[in-house]
Amino acid sequence: MNWIALRMLMGDRAKYFGLIFGVSFATLLMTQQVSIFMGILTRTASQVLDVRDAEIWVMDNKVRFIDEAPALPDTDLYRVRGVPGVEWAVRLYKGQVTARLADGNFRAVVLFGLDDSTFVGAPQEMILGSLADLRRPDAVIIDKSGYEYMWPGQPYQLGREFELNDRRAVLVGICKASPPFTTLPILYTRYSSASGFVPRERNMMKFILAHPEAGLTDAEVCRRIEERTGLMALTQREFFWKTINYFLGSTGIPVNFGITIALGFVVGAAITGQTFYLFTIENLKQFGALKAMGVSNARLIGMILLQAVIVGLVGYGIGIGLTAAFFESTSGITHLAGLAMTPLAFGGVGAAVMIIIVITSLLSIRKVLVLEPAVVFRG
Amino acid sequence: MSMSMESIELDTSPAVVCRGVTKEFGSGDTKTVALRGVDLDVRYGETTLLVGPSGCGKTTLISIIAGLLYPTGGEISVLGHDLVRLRNGKLVNFRAKNIGFVFQQYNLLPALTAAENAAVPLVIAGEYRGRAVGAAKEILAEVGLEPRMNALPTQLSGGQQQRVAIARALIHKPKLLVCDEPTAALDGHSGQTVMQLLKRVAVQPDRAVIIVTHDSRVYRFGDRIVTMSDGLIESVEERAAEHEEAMAG
Ligand SMILES: Nc1ncnc2c1ncn2[C@@H]1O[C@H](COP(=O)(O)OP(=O)(O)OP(=O)(O)O)[C@@H](O)[C@H]1O
Ligand SMILES: [Mg+2]
Repeated sequence: MNWIALRMLMGDRAKYFGLIFGVSFATLLMTQQVSIFMGILTRTASQVLDVRDAEIWVMDNKVRFIDEAPALPDTDLYRVRGVPGVEWAVRLYKGQVTARLADGNFRAVVLFGLDDSTFVGAPQEMILGSLADLRRPDAVIIDKSGYEYMWPGQPYQLGREFELNDRRAVLVGICKASPPFTTLPILYTRYSSASGFVPRERNMMKFILAHPEAGLTDAEVCRRIEERTGLMALTQREFFWKTINYFLGSTGIPVNFGITIALGFVVGAAITGQTFYLFTIENLKQFGALKAMGVSNARLIGMILLQAVIVGLVGYGIGIGLTAAFFESTSGITHLAGLAMTPLAFGGVGAAVMIIIVITSLLSIRKVLVLEPAVVFRG
Repeated sequence: MSMSMESIELDTSPAVVCRGVTKEFGSGDTKTVALRGVDLDVRYGETTLLVGPSGCGKTTLISIIAGLLYPTGGEISVLGHDLVRLRNGKLVNFRAKNIGFVFQQYNLLPALTAAENAAVPLVIAGEYRGRAVGAAKEILAEVGLEPRMNALPTQLSGGQQQRVAIARALIHKPKLLVCDEPTAALDGHSGQTVMQLLKRVAVQPDRAVIIVTHDSRVYRFGDRIVTMSDGLIESVEERAAEHEEAMAG
C-alpha cells in the first residue's frame, strides 16, 4: 500500500509542489531567523569568547553586560593579584571611541587596551602584520571586517594613519576577530597607548583578566576573588551567558525575532496544513474507495502518515538547503559574516516541522477515519 | 473444476439472505427510512438485477449486502457470514476478501495506471506490487484493454475506465460482485459492451452478481430482476435460462 500512498501524493504535481513549498518556506524562514537570532545574540558576547588566554573576568559587581562596565581603580588589580589561587591578573580596557580618517570621515570603533607586557586578550590569528608590532609607538591592530568597513574596497595595507581622540594611530596589523553586536571595527592597542586614545578619565581599567593557579578550578578562584575583593569575578562562560541573558531579558531583540520565528511557524503550518488537508479532502473519494475495497483504518492512517512524513522530509530538506545557500551567499558580505546555521536552529526547526506535520496529518486522519465507506456509491 | 463439498454446498444455499432488513438514516425530524423490511435471496451463478425508482433504497440495500453499512434491523447473511455480528475490523477483511465492487463513477485512483488500478485488491490482500500488476495485466487483456495497460484513467474513455474497474473488481476472485449503476455514466454502446463483458467474465458458478440499474436496456442481461419500491421488494421476476442462452449466443 505504501507505493500507492506515494503515487497518490505525487500524482498531482501541482499539489505536491504546493505542499513541499509550504514546508520548505516555513523551514527556511524559521531556520534563518533562529540562526540569525542566535548569531546576533552570540555577537553581543563574542568579545568575551575571543579572549582565549584568561579564564576569569573580574569587574565591578554591578555590571550587567560587557558593554557597560565602569572603570576600576588600579588598586583593584593589586588586590586581585593578592588573592591566593590567582596565578596572574592583568588589566583590560574596552571602550568605544571615534576614529577620524584621513579623508575627514568619522567612524565609531571598539577599542581594546591590552596589558603592555603580556598582551593578554590579544587576537588569536593575524591576517597581516604581527602582534609584536603592537609595541611600536601609536600602533593599533584592526580586525578584518573593521578594515573593510573603514576603508571599503581598498587593498589591505599597513601603515595607514588615522586619529583617535586627536592622537595619531598607526595601523600595524589586520587580525581575525568575532564581529561585535554593533558590527563596529575592533581595534587592539597597548593599555598604555589606549590611555592616550580615550578622553581622560580618572580610571580606565574596565576589566581584570585573571588566570587560576594549577589545580584550582576557575569557579573556586572566582569565589575567592569575590570574597576578598567585593568585585564580581566570572568564568568566561558565566560572563558570556550573563551578557546574552541581559540582551535576552532587557532588549526588544528576542521579541522581534520571536515574532518572526512564530510567524514562520504559523505561516508554514497554515500553508502546509491547509494544503495537506485539502489534498486529503480532495482524495476522500479515493480513500473511500480503498476503504470499501477493504483497506483498514490502520493502513489508511499509515498511508496518510507516510505521505505527511515524505512532505515533511522533502520540504525540510529543501528548506535547510535554501537556508544553507542563503548563509553561503551572504558569507562574503562583511556585516553578515559569521552568521551561520546553528545546530539548534537545525534541530529545533526540525522539531517544529515535525509538529506541523503531525497536526496536519491528524486533521486529515480524522477526516478519513469518520468517512463512511458507503460514500463510494454516492455520486 | 473440482467438485469439493464446499462448492456443492455453495450451489444449494443462497449467497445472500436478507430477512426483514431495515435501514434508517438520521433521527427525529430528519429521519429517513430507506429500507422497510427487505426479504431477498441472491443465488450463486446468477445475475440479479436490482431496479426501481430513484430513492427506493437500491444503493442502501447493496451497501448493506456488501458490508459497507450496518442495517438498523433484520438479519443478513452473506456467503455464510452473519454481517450484523461481524465487528468493523472483521467486516473490512470480509470485504477485502469476498466482495468485488463496480461503481457508477468508476472510482479509479487517478495517479495509478490501468494495470496498477486493477491490481489494487491484490495489493490490499498483501501481494507484492510486481506480482499484483502482473496478474492485473492478464485480466486486463481478458477485458480487451491489453494496449492501454499503462494508461492513466484520464487517458481512457468512460467505457475503458469501467472495464478497468471490472478487472479490478474481479482480480481477487470475489464470491460476490456488486455493481451500482455500472452503465449509467456510459453511452448506450459502451454500456452494452460493459454488460456483455460482465456477463462473460464475471458470472461464475461460485459467484453471485448483483447489479443495480435504471437502464432498461440492461434488463435482458439479468437472470432475475428484483424490483424495489419505497424501501421494499415489490416483485421478483425469474427469467428463463434458455432465453439467456439465446441472448448470449
Ligand atoms: N447517508 C444517508 N443519509 C441520509 N439519508 C440517506 C442516506 N443514504 C440514503 N439516504 C436516503 O435513503 C433513501 C434511499 O436512498 P438510496 O440511495 O438507497 O436510493 P436509490 O434507490 O439508490 O436511489 P437512486 O436510484 O437515485 O440511486 C433516500 O431517501 C435517500 O435520501
Ligand atoms: Mg443509488
